[in-house]
Amino acid sequence: MTTAEESMLRANAIGTPLTRLDGTEKVTGTAPYAVEHPVDSPAHLHPLQAAIALGRATGIDTSAAEAEPGVLAVLTHANAPRLASTGNGELEILQSGEVGYRGQFLGGVIAETPEIARRAADLIRVHYERYEHDVELRADRDDLYKPEQVNPAFDTDTAQGDADGALASAAVTLDATYSTPMEHNNPMEPHATIACWTDGELTLHDSTQGVYWTQAAVAPLFELDQQQVRVISPHVGGGFGSKGIPHPNVVLAAMAARLVPGRPVKFPLTRQQMFSVVGYRTPTIQHVRLGADEQGRLSAITLDVVEQTAKVKEFAEQTAIPTRTMYAAPHRRTSHRLAALDTPVPTWMRAPGECPGMFGPEVAMDEMALACGLDPIEFRVRNEPETDPESGLPFSSRNLVACLREGARRFGWHDRDPRPGTRRHGEWLVGTGVAASTYPVFAMPGSQATIRATPDGRYAVRIGAVDIGTGTWTALTQIAADALEVSVGEVDLEIGSTTLPTASGAGGSSGINSWGSPIVAAARTLRARLDEHGGTVPAEGVEATEGMPDNPHTSQYAMHSFGAQFAEVWVNADTGEVSVPRLLGIFAAGRIINARTGRSQLLGGMTMGLSMALHEESVLDPRFGHVVNHDLAEYHIATNADVGSLEVDWLDEHDPYVNPMGSKGIGELGITGTAAAITNAAYHATGIRVRELPLHPDKFLR
Amino acid sequence: MIPFDYRRATDAEAAVDLVHGHPGATFLGGGTNLVDRMKLGVSEPEMLVDVSRLPYDTVEPLPGGGVRIGSAVPNSDLAAHPLIREQYPVLSQALLAGASGQLRNLATTGGNLLQRTRCVYFQDVTTPCNKREPGSGCSARGGYTRQHAILGASQACVATHPSDMAVALAMLDATVQVQGPDGSRKIPVAELHRLPGDEPERDTVLGQADLITAVDLPELAMATRSTYRKVRDRASYAFALVSVAAALDVADGTVRQARIAFGGLAHKPWRAARAEETLRGAPATEEAFRAAAEAELAEATPLADNAFKVPMSRNTLVSVLRDLA
Repeated sequence: MTTAEESMLRANAIGTPLTRLDGTEKVTGTAPYAVEHPVDSPAHLHPLQAAIALGRATGIDTSAAEAEPGVLAVLTHANAPRLASTGNGELEILQSGEVGYRGQFLGGVIAETPEIARRAADLIRVHYERYEHDVELRADRDDLYKPEQVNPAFDTDTAQGDADGALASAAVTLDATYSTPMEHNNPMEPHATIACWTDGELTLHDSTQGVYWTQAAVAPLFELDQQQVRVISPHVGGGFGSKGIPHPNVVLAAMAARLVPGRPVKFPLTRQQMFSVVGYRTPTIQHVRLGADEQGRLSAITLDVVEQTAKVKEFAEQTAIPTRTMYAAPHRRTSHRLAALDTPVPTWMRAPGECPGMFGPEVAMDEMALACGLDPIEFRVRNEPETDPESGLPFSSRNLVACLREGARRFGWHDRDPRPGTRRHGEWLVGTGVAASTYPVFAMPGSQATIRATPDGRYAVRIGAVDIGTGTWTALTQIAADALEVSVGEVDLEIGSTTLPTASGAGGSSGINSWGSPIVAAARTLRARLDEHGGTVPAEGVEATEGMPDNPHTSQYAMHSFGAQFAEVWVNADTGEVSVPRLLGIFAAGRIINARTGRSQLLGGMTMGLSMALHEESVLDPRFGHVVNHDLAEYHIATNADVGSLEVDWLDEHDPYVNPMGSKGIGELGITGTAAAITNAAYHATGIRVRELPLHPDKFLR
Repeated sequence: MIPFDYRRATDAEAAVDLVHGHPGATFLGGGTNLVDRMKLGVSEPEMLVDVSRLPYDTVEPLPGGGVRIGSAVPNSDLAAHPLIREQYPVLSQALLAGASGQLRNLATTGGNLLQRTRCVYFQDVTTPCNKREPGSGCSARGGYTRQHAILGASQACVATHPSDMAVALAMLDATVQVQGPDGSRKIPVAELHRLPGDEPERDTVLGQADLITAVDLPELAMATRSTYRKVRDRASYAFALVSVAAALDVADGTVRQARIAFGGLAHKPWRAARAEETLRGAPATEEAFRAAAEAELAEATPLADNAFKVPMSRNTLVSVLRDLA
């Protein structure tokens, strides 16, 4: 049996900053996104959405819409295809007139142009019976419930020792509640689909994070075999989780296309629709309690989370997960409780769980460090665990302390005066802050890769993976080249379609792990077969297919990435405006496959973290039940002017246990901890401790 | 969006005639706000009369002093014009604080003045709004009011005017040249926009067929040191929570004249007459600036989400005057 060390891939192309192989197509606008695929004679869909939050459409008058020239068909529950029940209340639309949340699809218009479809949809009159709706998340609700598990399959609650007892006897304690608001995924390319039925089979050009995940969700709804649904997605204009599994827009497009057989139906969402039907990050309320001795060693850590789900389908965000791994303490407890509301269904948004879950606890660590009279880096170092605190497993590698120390050196932390509100540049109060980052190493089962060598010296690598803008095309080519021991120029990668071997989706930062591992396995098999042919490729070529190999180390080690983020924050003493002139992130995430796209991923994560810290907040009006700031003028994401110096680097981390590439996944690590670092710096600048995101100027007004 | 006619006017009189004879017609400038509203179903004009190519695209000195700005001058050109940058920096700064580079390239001077509120309920046809549909009710009251008015609002409407440029123009005592069905007339910018009262559907005093052809800036020596300060939730591409356009004439430590206008606080650019009056002859000190701000804000009536606008406006004005003094 080969050891972990022996099975590690020798890096040649891996680690280099190879420029994106799809870069030219992207910057010249020739990389086709979902609705840009050339199709013959497309029709266009515009949806009809519920204007109440709860109730029933008692009558839908479509006569005016149907009379509009250019309208091909009007879809409602009266003529919608019957769907098979798959237990997914979010996707099973148009089966009745019931309304479970405001903005839910009630139908749609299919027309010759998008303008006609939109105009005709405006002409549909809906009569409702309204029921009293319930859309307000509060920690004091008496109907909070404990879900069976939290996303994707973690224990809802955990407990070790006697946390309450330890807190009662601790020398230093902290008891604080933090909150993060509802936030919405807003990739540049909205959710978008072309659906076409031919001979009873469905083709979807879809903006998705997983062609096979979309196929698996859609096929049973229409009682089709998996292979009767073909999903194509070579390029995706951004995906942060909401494109992980299909939302009702894909089902509506498929239903609409049924009414015009043989014609492809295009359905890109408007920005406003993005705020009502494709999910969001749940708001969270995080009650943190910490207890420590006089030396600043934690004796107790508790985190009790309250968040929301939807009555139409449960989604339970795993917000307390990072607290189970971050710091040592003998007595500890975590819990999740949900309010089920008449709202759209929350879903994944970049680092679900870890992202909100590294806000409250990492601000609490800053507060606790101060209470213990310790530097926040030193406080974290004192509470560094030797093994994973809850599972007791050794870490496959853990370099949080090294990240903190290297970051402190690079950032100039050593001469920091801990007193808040004492540094000024003109009318700006200046502060610095730090927080940790973490993300688990996930591996998805089920992917397969096929590699074919041909006598012309080419290697065709095929796998149904997707590139959501992260650099998958490039990174998988690098992995294949090293595994085949050839140059990247000899590799022809094919991804982005269900005509390729099956693959998991891009989610949980697992893509490189889950797609790279079978590529390496297939390459090794192929090389062995080539050896059987004396090292030359026979005329008919040589092919090898391998699946995701079992990793025996998964049950033996706790596998996580870590990082440290440092922020400099200026707060205007007169107006409360918050500015972040400097961010530094130092990460330890195993081997970085592509230094260029990897850096971009971490920069992007931190930028999104900055955006979360300063801006992002979906405002749900409880009277109506919808997000009222539902466009990019009113839902603020960071602009260029909000981002100052942004630096990213990583440690050379050697981890032979995670996979043959030694890589841990970096898509989500960068967003975790950023908001806490900025919030901690804002406190250092002003002496004002904000525990509710975002850090709007009014929170710092005096 | 409803189907509509599109006409391109050849001169101002023809443009006015086209709109005057057609109750469903409206003028189209850069379209950066109107076209958005049409897509949202908030505005449903049956005919657009494009005035963006009329010959009002220059910025020129007026014979008796001052500057005339053609109504079709793009915001980006106006902000960059040497006459504006040197003599009226407040206007250049206000323009550059607004929207994005792409929008400023397209938006016109006339259109900027006539853009409509971004109140989220006004922009959403599924929620009641007295401005969009008179008598339907105000959803902002009792709703999300972070961006809403604290001065001059009514029971019917608490919307704010979104323009930065208009705030600078109100402070400068600019006037608009209007071509209407009965000929041309002049209206001070400070009187162009209305308070909502019982008719929030009317943003301005203009009639449906009144066309703005130019904006005149008076000669104003103190304007060479004027400034615009905008406070917002993000550093770019956000509407003002509060903004201040100001110029200060100080001699021997005493304020001879102050000119102040607020943005983000009312249904119109808010010329701060009380603050100006309080400052006349007062010492140019922080205390006096604060007293002036408090005088102006004494009658502020904040809503649930925007009580912060009172101290934020006060502090911003004090900060601006401190820098100008």
